Amino acid sequence: MTMPLETTHLEYPKRRYGMDHDRYEWSMLANRPPVAWPSGASVAVWFNVSLQHFPLNPSGKPVKLPGSMSMPYPDLRHYTLRDYGNRVGVYRFLDAFARHGITPSFAINACLVERYPALIDAIVAFGGEILGHSWSMDTPHAGGLERAQESELVARALATLRGRTGAPVRGWLSPGKLQSANTPEILRENEIEYFCDWVNDELPYRFHTASGDLWSLPLSTELEDRFVVLENQHSEASWAQQVIDAFQFLLDEAQGQGGRLLTVSLHPWVMGQPHRIKHLETVLAHVAAEPRAWCASPSAILAAFSATAAPAKAEE
Amino acid sequence: MKEDPGYYGYWPYRDRPRIRWPNGARVAFWVAPNIEFYELDPPQNPHRAPWPHPFPAVPGYSIRDYGNRVGHMRQMKVLDKYNVRGSVSLSAALCQHHPEIIDLCKERDWEFFTHGIYNTRYTYGMSEEQERAMILDSIETIEAAVGRRPVGYLAPALSHSEVTIDLFAELGGLYTCDLFHDDQPTPLRVRGGQRFVSIPYSLELNDTIAYVVNKIEPRRYGQMIKDAFDRLYAEGAQSGTVMCIPTHNYQVSCPHRLRAFEEALEYVTGHSDVWVTTGREIAEYYLANCYDEACADISRRGEAQGE
Repeated sequence: MTMPLETTHLEYPKRRYGMDHDRYEWSMLANRPPVAWPSGASVAVWFNVSLQHFPLNPSGKPVKLPGSMSMPYPDLRHYTLRDYGNRVGVYRFLDAFARHGITPSFAINACLVERYPALIDAIVAFGGEILGHSWSMDTPHAGGLERAQESELVARALATLRGRTGAPVRGWLSPGKLQSANTPEILRENEIEYFCDWVNDELPYRFHTASGDLWSLPLSTELEDRFVVLENQHSEASWAQQVIDAFQFLLDEAQGQGGRLLTVSLHPWVMGQPHRIKHLETVLAHVAAEPRAWCASPSAILAAFSATAAPAKAEE
Repeated sequence: MKEDPGYYGYWPYRDRPRIRWPNGARVAFWVAPNIEFYELDPPQNPHRAPWPHPFPAVPGYSIRDYGNRVGHMRQMKVLDKYNVRGSVSLSAALCQHHPEIIDLCKERDWEFFTHGIYNTRYTYGMSEEQERAMILDSIETIEAAVGRRPVGYLAPALSHSEVTIDLFAELGGLYTCDLFHDDQPTPLRVRGGQRFVSIPYSLELNDTIAYVVNKIEPRRYGQMIKDAFDRLYAEGAQSGTVMCIPTHNYQVSCPHRLRAFEEALEYVTGHSDVWVTTGREIAEYYLANCYDEACADISRRGEAQGE
């Protein structure tokens, strides 16, 4: 007989009603008051474009993020393939969005302000809400990061991004959607109003921090271009089909349950490739042709959501 | 450690006593929604890490929470439409955390079987006494919440010991979903000699295996279900088969995936000779009508093989 597990393995201190933590209230989507989007739209659609820098010499600490260098140094193939997104892919994106009259938001690694100010200026000129996306794809906000270090990181990233863009930057997407135990508090202390890291819902909800509440506005990973095409290795055409299937499903569900939200997370280094861009355009054309869709920025979605479903009601 | 789990001997698919399901059905078809609770900060099992990231493991935890917040009610609507009663593989602690979900299942007369306390608490490393206590806790918790003692088991996160199935049989269980060796029920040898069966549950058609492990496309998943059904329906003309679709609503109920599942369900339930049922009903029917004949056949063949 081997040694049994420690007794703590059969103790359940958080076995209680609701969640096993105090970050947000337990609530089922189908039980909430219906949401009314502007102009009676059925589905709000939010496209987010992540602009990222993957250092050639990542520390990989405390964790290595998806998309990081994976070959022995210097991993030129992955470095340049990611950099392709910032040089080429993003401009294909901007043309495609402009052609279909849709404005995405941009989550930007702040180091790009220093590295590629021309890119930042092009994004500002294009318009579209700007979200903080930490410093680079080698600054994960994960357990193991010291609080003081993370505070400095968030403050530096936001000051840099706000400084160059002149945008208020009220939203945040953590690289790899990772967080440390302190991330929500630190974001709130830096005038962030919402983050997109917790993928547990399809509508916004209130997220509690010791420094005040935030909105959690989930940005789907399951439908993300990188996740579907590179991790799942589905074809580009299949990705477009899946996004359209999701969109049609939510249009149907909205009939009886009130406004729904489709979120599409994009990376120019993935869908900006010449063999993939037309599949993004297929999605944009499909959504743009649907009168029941409302393409909107995350802040506009949050404003509309909080206007029709007060936070207290949103959690039943 | 053993070379063979020891719960069953070799019993080929050919020439078994014929299984006759109620009303001449060819396939006993059941859907098993896993309704699970994963902890944000579980104790670290020495044999298997619950999460790939340090605390808080936001990606893994939050997508599973999506199943509870968004997925279950979405799938429920589909199952209602095709008159399928779910057989719930239940993390017993969900009775405390989310009783609203339990109530919705109860209203629909769904079955509940036990899936441990939490899906972040593994059997690995437990002593026999600890494992018995954990299983009994899950049985009693579910019985208290739903008014009926569960008789089926799927070990939490498919984590087992050598005596998992023996223990569950001793605690009054009738069937396990933990074995994937057959498309028909199998009488199992348990140490206490209880009448106990394995009910086919299917790892291959499990949405999480399909989507997360095998990374298949949503529409192909729907096609796989239809193809599996066609074959089991055809073979079921000779002797009844079992088909299960195990689901997790953080996977199958995502908006880009549920339609493919619905189309497959429509296809399956659109056939005349399908017994749309639950795990418990299959186990109880088999134990009452097929088990003795099966055991006699196994015994006869075992003797012929010189066992």
